[in-house]
Amino acid sequence: MKKVKIYVTLRESVLDPQGSAVMGSLHKMGYGEVEDVRIGKYLELVIGDGERDVDALVNELCHRLLANTVIEDYRYEIEEVVSQ
Amino acid sequence: MKFAVIVFPGSNCDLDMYHAVKDELGEEAEYVWHDSKDLSSYDGILLPGGFSYGDYLRCGAIAQFSGVMDEVRKAAEAGKPVLGICNGFQILTEAGLLPGVLLRNKNLKFMCRTVGLKVENNHTLFTNEYEQGQEIQIPIAHGEGNYYCDDETYKHLKENNQIVFTYGDDFNGSRNNIAGIINERGNVLGMMPHPERAVSELIGGKDGLALFRSIVKQWREAHVSHA
Repeated sequence: MKKVKIYVTLRESVLDPQGSAVMGSLHKMGYGEVEDVRIGKYLELVIGDGERDVDALVNELCHRLLANTVIEDYRYEIEEVVSQ
Repeated sequence: MKFAVIVFPGSNCDLDMYHAVKDELGEEAEYVWHDSKDLSSYDGILLPGGFSYGDYLRCGAIAQFSGVMDEVRKAAEAGKPVLGICNGFQILTEAGLLPGVLLRNKNLKFMCRTVGLKVENNHTLFTNEYEQGQEIQIPIAHGEGNYYCDDETYKHLKENNQIVFTYGDDFNGSRNNIAGIINERGNVLGMMPHPERAVSELIGGKDGLALFRSIVKQWREAHVSHA
């Protein structure tokens, strides 16, 4: 069994209005040294042992549904889960 | 002409769409549930606005895998008119039937008011009842109506006259004020404004009615020999 942690973020070229709003707020609070804020999504998938290569599977899931690669990038980490 | 109004879990403009077609146009319309496996008996497919599947993950992302979407693809390939409004437009881009994607409005606000639109292309089956360059008033109601596409896609849209409607003002950040686009073949239209909410003076204007009339007119012309 594996736990996959997926981070989906807007591509650098795409304006992130949520990130900009949060940065504006941080600046108002006095944290002027914050130079950029980007907001993304974090997803956790638990994947059972099977025949399929997990990397290939995760890439397929990201391309088909979890990320829209027109506007989003994704990266992921795979952890081995020891069953109890 | 017989229209299917596709109902996804979370659609909320389906009644308006049905009303526009059935009561204002006098054509046939039926609600079709999202897991329907057959759209062959319909002449036109309407994807209404709303929040399909709660817009979880991204707007329109989950709806693209609804059972009925294979049928919508088939209808599009068969050349039938497919119209996606608001969330329907978002679903069409996620499903790959139209290029680009809809992002959060640049000011993060949900915007609900009537706006001016310009008809950029009246040589489509959805706009033949408008004048080229005509300015019309159509309501909007969206939080994620900021149309985005890359440079190459924009160039392609422009060269093929696929930009059908633009906004008079830049209020949501859409690329070059794009409000509605059509596919290359010309039978799939997606737009963020709601023409189905502008079909009677009683509700503040009827500039949207010509869009539905255009679809019916073209269909009648194509099918007159079979009548």
